[in-house]
Amino acid sequence: MAGATTSGAAGSKRWRTALLWAWVLSVVAFMYMPALSLLLASSTSSRYFIFPITRWGFDWWEKTFNSIEIHILFKTSISIALCVTVIAVVIAFFGALAFARYDWKGRSLFQKIVLLPIFFPQSVLGLALLLWFNAMGIPLSWKSTVFAHLVWIVPVVTLVISIQVYSFDPALEEAAFDLGATRWQVLREVTLPVLFPGLFSGALFAFLLSWGNFPLSLFTTGADTTLPEYLYAKMIAGYTPGVPVLGTVSTMMAAILLLGGYGLIVLRRRARLK
Amino acid sequence: MAEASAPAIATRQPRFVILRWLKLRPGAAHALPVIAFLLIGFAAPLAWVIMFSFMPERSFSLLNEPTLDNYVTIFSGTTYRSFLWSLGLAAVTVILLALICYPIAYGLTRVFGRWSTLLTLLFTIPLFVSENVRLYGWILFFIKNGVMLGTLKSLFGYEGETWLFTEGMIVLGMVYVYMPFMLFPMTLGVSMVPNETRDAAFDLGASRWQVFKEVDLPLAMPGIVIGFLLSFVLAVGALVEAKVLGGQRVIPIVHEIELAFTYAQNWPLGAALAVLLMLVVGTLVMLVLRRFDLDTILGRR
Repeated sequence: MAGATTSGAAGSKRWRTALLWAWVLSVVAFMYMPALSLLLASSTSSRYFIFPITRWGFDWWEKTFNSIEIHILFKTSISIALCVTVIAVVIAFFGALAFARYDWKGRSLFQKIVLLPIFFPQSVLGLALLLWFNAMGIPLSWKSTVFAHLVWIVPVVTLVISIQVYSFDPALEEAAFDLGATRWQVLREVTLPVLFPGLFSGALFAFLLSWGNFPLSLFTTGADTTLPEYLYAKMIAGYTPGVPVLGTVSTMMAAILLLGGYGLIVLRRRARLK
Repeated sequence: MAEASAPAIATRQPRFVILRWLKLRPGAAHALPVIAFLLIGFAAPLAWVIMFSFMPERSFSLLNEPTLDNYVTIFSGTTYRSFLWSLGLAAVTVILLALICYPIAYGLTRVFGRWSTLLTLLFTIPLFVSENVRLYGWILFFIKNGVMLGTLKSLFGYEGETWLFTEGMIVLGMVYVYMPFMLFPMTLGVSMVPNETRDAAFDLGASRWQVFKEVDLPLAMPGIVIGFLLSFVLAVGALVEAKVLGGQRVIPIVHEIELAFTYAQNWPLGAALAVLLMLVVGTLVMLVLRRFDLDTILGRR
């Protein structure tokens, strides 16, 4: 009798596990359906997208990558993302130490202030920054966009690095100081290496979030155009299969950077354990 | 030895004159760059918007006599409908997301084991692709002769109408875009439920439902509430979903704000709408965050 109930429980457990797997896999499929549609739409030789595809081909990939206009878009988007990454990681590194490492009077308030911009609707933030730039007489270009991206990305990166800082043992720094290390040496030899995985994920987040951002760029780039802006304009008027080509490239770039970045962290951890 | 440690202690004091002058503790000193940046980049622009909302209609400078006209216009007009649409769509989205994400959060913490990391990464990747590009993927999926209808036609000879440009499609787009913002906090919450507590409850004869209701749900609550808050607030500020997938049948509040600023060239009205949205969002965020200690949720006990 007891044996029957346990095997019954095990059976129902197996069922539950199978159901959970089926559920999560269908949700993953749902998440990647648009990416798949983009990939399909990009691999046709015809001018318009009709499924099932009759003439497969990568003509549009070639055309897109040979276009000088696209090269300029890539250059603008990457310049913005690189500047945002460097500045955001530096500011957020100090912010994260204040967020999670030190106990100080205003900390709880500081944590909430840092979270506020993340919760804020980005289009409205973009418009507010447009008004602000206008009032300050700052000309709009990709540089003002760097600033706009930072307003939203610095808080996100602060949060990402903070999660690493929470697991950081301040005693390590104290020990280094007691052994006679200078402030700079402690930073270079202890704090930065220990926090490296957090800084690395923070940099990855900063780059990718800036690369994919549309609402903040829309109001702040002036005459310059980023890739998401260009794609949006093309979607509304003037579809070519170049749109899904660039969409697929963006998705793949995010996938490669994330999976590759994660792989690097795992490798580093393994190398350290050995 | 004593000589070596003396200068080390000296360098531990804030080195920059200004910091010493402000007598800042290390915590506050490290917070300074972020605070200064957010003052210039976040607080000041918002203050500017708030001031603009009190300017007369269609003015482009702050030098006019302040008035409440814009707020009167909003409350006597039909703009409230946009607010209701945004709040309603966000509410539906959040409820659907909770139902979709809870089993996944549970699986990621207790069932999927070493596959959890890979699955988490898979859920993260789409976050970094521009929203409008991903939503455009849905257009290609649902459009006439697109991936779905094209497949149905060629396999079964079924010719259906497209589901695009309906309210349901907007909800689908929002559920799709905001999924990670519900899933990740929720997973964090579910992982805070200790296994021992659940086992103890089972040993004492609790049913699955009782364990869910009395143990899992209350202990995972901080994460779940943060997930609700984050996805709701972001969904209230949603714009592209209605524009791209909804075919502008519904005008959400952020679209209304954008129209006032761009098409109508009425900055003060747009500013007033933005202020009202900020009030709704800000109140919600502050009310919820006040009840939680972020240190417990993010890792430190």
